[in-house]
Amino acid sequence: MKLDNLTIEDVRTGLKEKEFSATELAEAHFDKIQKKDEDISAFLTLTKEKALSQAEEVDEWIEQGRDLPPLAGVPVAFKDNMLLEGEKCTAGSKILENYEASYDASVVEFLRGQGSIFLGKTNMDEFAMGSSTENSAFGPTKNPHDLDKVPGGSSGGSAAAVAADMSVVALGSDTGGSVRQPASFCGAVGFKPTYGAVSRYGLIAMASSLDQIGPFAKNVNDAKLVFEAIQNKDRFDSTSVDRKLAEEEVDLEEMTIGVPKEYFSEGLDEKVEKKIKKVIEKVGEYAEIKEISLPHSEYALPVYYIIMSAEVSANLARYDGIKYGATEEADNLLEFYSKTRGQNFGKEVRRRLMLGTYTLSSGYYDAYYKRAQKVRTLIKKDFKQAFNDVDLILTPTSPTPAFELGAKSDPLSMYLSDIYTASVNLAGLPGVSVPIGKVPAEPESTSRPPQAEGLPVGLQIIGDVFEDYQVLNTAQKIEQLI
Amino acid sequence: MIEKDQVKHIAKLARLELSEDELEEFQEELSDILDYVDQLKELDVSDVEPTSHSVDIKNVMRDDEAKDTDPERVKKLRKAFPDEEDGYDKVKSILE
Repeated sequence: MKLDNLTIEDVRTGLKEKEFSATELAEAHFDKIQKKDEDISAFLTLTKEKALSQAEEVDEWIEQGRDLPPLAGVPVAFKDNMLLEGEKCTAGSKILENYEASYDASVVEFLRGQGSIFLGKTNMDEFAMGSSTENSAFGPTKNPHDLDKVPGGSSGGSAAAVAADMSVVALGSDTGGSVRQPASFCGAVGFKPTYGAVSRYGLIAMASSLDQIGPFAKNVNDAKLVFEAIQNKDRFDSTSVDRKLAEEEVDLEEMTIGVPKEYFSEGLDEKVEKKIKKVIEKVGEYAEIKEISLPHSEYALPVYYIIMSAEVSANLARYDGIKYGATEEADNLLEFYSKTRGQNFGKEVRRRLMLGTYTLSSGYYDAYYKRAQKVRTLIKKDFKQAFNDVDLILTPTSPTPAFELGAKSDPLSMYLSDIYTASVNLAGLPGVSVPIGKVPAEPESTSRPPQAEGLPVGLQIIGDVFEDYQVLNTAQKIEQLI
Repeated sequence: MIEKDQVKHIAKLARLELSEDELEEFQEELSDILDYVDQLKELDVSDVEPTSHSVDIKNVMRDDEAKDTDPERVKKLRKAFPDEEDGYDKVKSILE
């Protein structure tokens, strides 16, 4: 029985019809990891022993003829900023290189309860700061479609694990695009829920008003099933919302879909634009397509970088070598803090800590942070107004396909990768990236001849707050059109 | 261009030790980034309220009841202490 390219439905059917056992399925995935991950480096930690005992339990449930939960036996990988009790949790950083999690994140607990099989922890940009997974203290992850290219970031490991069929699904976190953009680069589905729909308890915090956990999957249905399993009001996360979002039928023919003109200008790769427009045209055979304007779009990135850095500077203050994590020798407390943090945080982390500290410091708070908060209101208003006219918004997920490892050495040019995704986090909206095919890779600097099939492109679908199911179900309809 | 002294000051606030080279590097990079985010000054935000929370929820509270902590959990938290003595987390002195 070939255990390749399985979806959640395939796993469910396979286990039910006894085509394979949960143990065989788990073993098969660890075999795949062994074969493929040396080249891709998606995983930081593997949890094989625990996985096999989880699989054993699921096989017992099957033996007993029990009704299986929807995600029973399904192999899952977690970005290494989600706590899995008893396992290392590094956040891609030296400062947590040997830190062992003392409890489970809520999402981990929910999936444990479903009988999912935990394969391991995946690579990420350090403290989720990056758009390429090159900022990991443990080396980059490669894009499974072209090993000279980045998988995107910061959840590059999780995206690559699913794209390379090393896991059936994976979880990532998205603060400015860190699930959607790598999904787009790797040809997977990546979903970021409405802010508050999924608990952040046990997720190592980056920017608390922006972070959300979301699934990577091979198709939209799988992303939906994972979302269903992890979506919950959680007493440990006071920002989680007190409503279970409801399934919603969609009919493209009854929908009006907005295409924001600001997202189709300078900086968007020609080939990506062509591909996206073709899909929008196809959708337009059923739904009404309307050009809309989100006038403050160009300010989304500077707003994002100010707010995110400020929140990051507060959230990373806890890494002081006192209660956990790496430490350095010092003569006094101040030196102890400065050395421990200075020597164990990577460059990008230190850059953003400084930016955040600066914009929150006395004399600069009003000019930067407060002003950014106000422009954030304007950006939210843009979307609110748009959703008065349209049901959903379609945009490219990323201005380009996956770029080469080492290509973006200038921090600012890396920040521009988030240009289409960050506004969605600022407004707290749900957004999904759906793969819509490939574009040929640029022939210029690749060391090997450009792959004939090229690099994946993602289409982003954005909905209004709490319209997660409308977004996902529409994504499913569009997926079927391609 | 942001002053070198300012960079030193921020580094101290952020509790980050920087070498002389790093100081210069960050001085340049921070200046570039600050120039970039300065475009927000183009906007008139005099009548706009700041957003601190992306979704509309306020004052989420729980009842003020003490709950016992699982001693196993405490054990695991203690295990992570970089330096300990008699079960206490050992730190550098803060008083002379």
